[in-house]
Amino acid sequence: MAGSWGRFNIVSLVLGFAFLYLPIVLLVVYSFNESRLVTVWSGFSTKWYVELFSNRGLMDAAWVTARVAFLSATVATVLGTMGAIALTRYTRFRGRLLFSGMVFAPLVMPEVITGLSLLLLFVAINFDRGFFTVTIAHITFSMCFVAVVVQSRLMSFDQSLEEAALDLGATPLKAFFQVTLPVIMPAVVSGWMLAFTLSLDDLVIASFTSGPGATTLPMKIYSQVRLGVTPEINAVCTILIGIVATGVIIASVITKRQEVQRRRDEQAAARITA
Amino acid sequence: MARFLSAIAARLVIAVPYLWLLVFFLAPFLIVFKISLSEPALSMPPYMPAFDLADGISGLIEKVRTLSFGNYFWLLDDPLYTNAYLSSIWIAGVSTLITLAVGYPIAYGMARAPAAIRPTLLMLVILPFWTSFLIRVYAWIGILKPEGLLNQFLMFTGLIDEPLIILNTTTAIYIGIVYSYLPFMVLPLYSTLEKMDESLIEAARDLGCSRTSAFWKVTFPLSLPGVVAGCMLVFIPAVGEFVIPDLLGGSQTLMIGKTLWTEFFNNRDWPVSSAVAVILLLILIVPIMLFQRSQARSREAGR
Repeated sequence: MAGSWGRFNIVSLVLGFAFLYLPIVLLVVYSFNESRLVTVWSGFSTKWYVELFSNRGLMDAAWVTARVAFLSATVATVLGTMGAIALTRYTRFRGRLLFSGMVFAPLVMPEVITGLSLLLLFVAINFDRGFFTVTIAHITFSMCFVAVVVQSRLMSFDQSLEEAALDLGATPLKAFFQVTLPVIMPAVVSGWMLAFTLSLDDLVIASFTSGPGATTLPMKIYSQVRLGVTPEINAVCTILIGIVATGVIIASVITKRQEVQRRRDEQAAARITA
Repeated sequence: MARFLSAIAARLVIAVPYLWLLVFFLAPFLIVFKISLSEPALSMPPYMPAFDLADGISGLIEKVRTLSFGNYFWLLDDPLYTNAYLSSIWIAGVSTLITLAVGYPIAYGMARAPAAIRPTLLMLVILPFWTSFLIRVYAWIGILKPEGLLNQFLMFTGLIDEPLIILNTTTAIYIGIVYSYLPFMVLPLYSTLEKMDESLIEAARDLGCSRTSAFWKVTFPLSLPGVVAGCMLVFIPAVGEFVIPDLLGGSQTLMIGKTLWTEFFNNRDWPVSSAVAVILLLILIVPIMLFQRSQARSREAGR
């Protein structure tokens, strides 16, 4: 849809983005506030960041969260990519409808239901709650997000490329790793990042499935937020926002570069064949 | 040999994620249902099992006969729970409509923007989604509270003399839901609006339609798939939302996600919280099916 980009459109975009970003900007700004009263500005200071790093409980929780997020994102990316391939490549297999239902349902399922049901499963099979139960829970819901992201890339993928590789004698396995995977790699990477941030972010499911010794950062933040707004929490949040924003920006730069490279390769190939 | 390996790989690609979801997504629901039928008990785990495999078939039949739907009757009898369900649906519904009203102009503006800056605008909408949900809700506490930034600003400009009480009211929940779920609304709307054929609107204008009636007669109906997907993406999770009503809403606002949480963590009543979850799921099953269908349709169209 192109055409006139009227004043109304520009105004609604400006207002919309202001609404989306202002709260986050204010939070970041007030993490550098000197006063303990979060809403009264009394001068620039980084002392809350210094205090943060001496807070053992918070640091431990951050470490647990980082490990859970890394492990769950990695497993979820493998499982989610497999699921996406199953859904796009194999249009007919027994129980496909149930399978696609199970892939899409977790995207909208209220977290309290997912969390409660997983906890009851772990209790029923007598699985000790802790690091691994949180990780399994995170794999389960984030693999569905990965599957959706990868699936949409797979659908726009030209299948004749893989067929050509097969005709030239590659085994399907080899064709996948040497032809398909490199092409869908940007989607796989962004799926991993999405899974990582979803895990980093999750409070509700982690609260249900966690056990002693596996308190994650959102759980820690939540227990402190309930007591009120504090500058330390603003500082933690700012650091988290910083990490995520850096990750997203780096990823988008990499994808853009790959895109440019790919286009150049295509042009070169076109010139040779012409 | 290689062919044999490939055949196994093809099976595995389907079987591994399938089994994982069966075990960790579907099976847990059956357990929730089972426990919702059992009696609470003061032990660990805190419920009396309704079935036990050790009972054998005859035992099972015996158990089924005495199966207690007591938790459900109790839930439906207690106005606390029925009110919590109704107000959750109401709050989620109203916030979904507000989100649609706020999100539509943004998506429309993005779709009409010059093609060169569209990817950047898209990225700007997605970026807040990557930042923690909890953090974004938390940010609003500092803004909405009586001595918070919004009231300071309004008093500074002289619009009000006394601070507005917004935090711990239903209004704060609306703001929280609209804010947190806005990207979920904008993205599907944008993708339908962006694909729309501009010449259709021009044709309507040429045939004498005014700008507004062209919008309501052409643009809006054509964007309905996006509207449905966006509304479902907001409505379904919002009904069971816990973090927003807990942090922004007051103690008098009832939402079912919060009720379930309290029942589970504070009252340690697992059977009742399971029954709450089962009913919530039953309420949401129709919207979830609608969402699945709209997804499947858009995937088929994308082929």
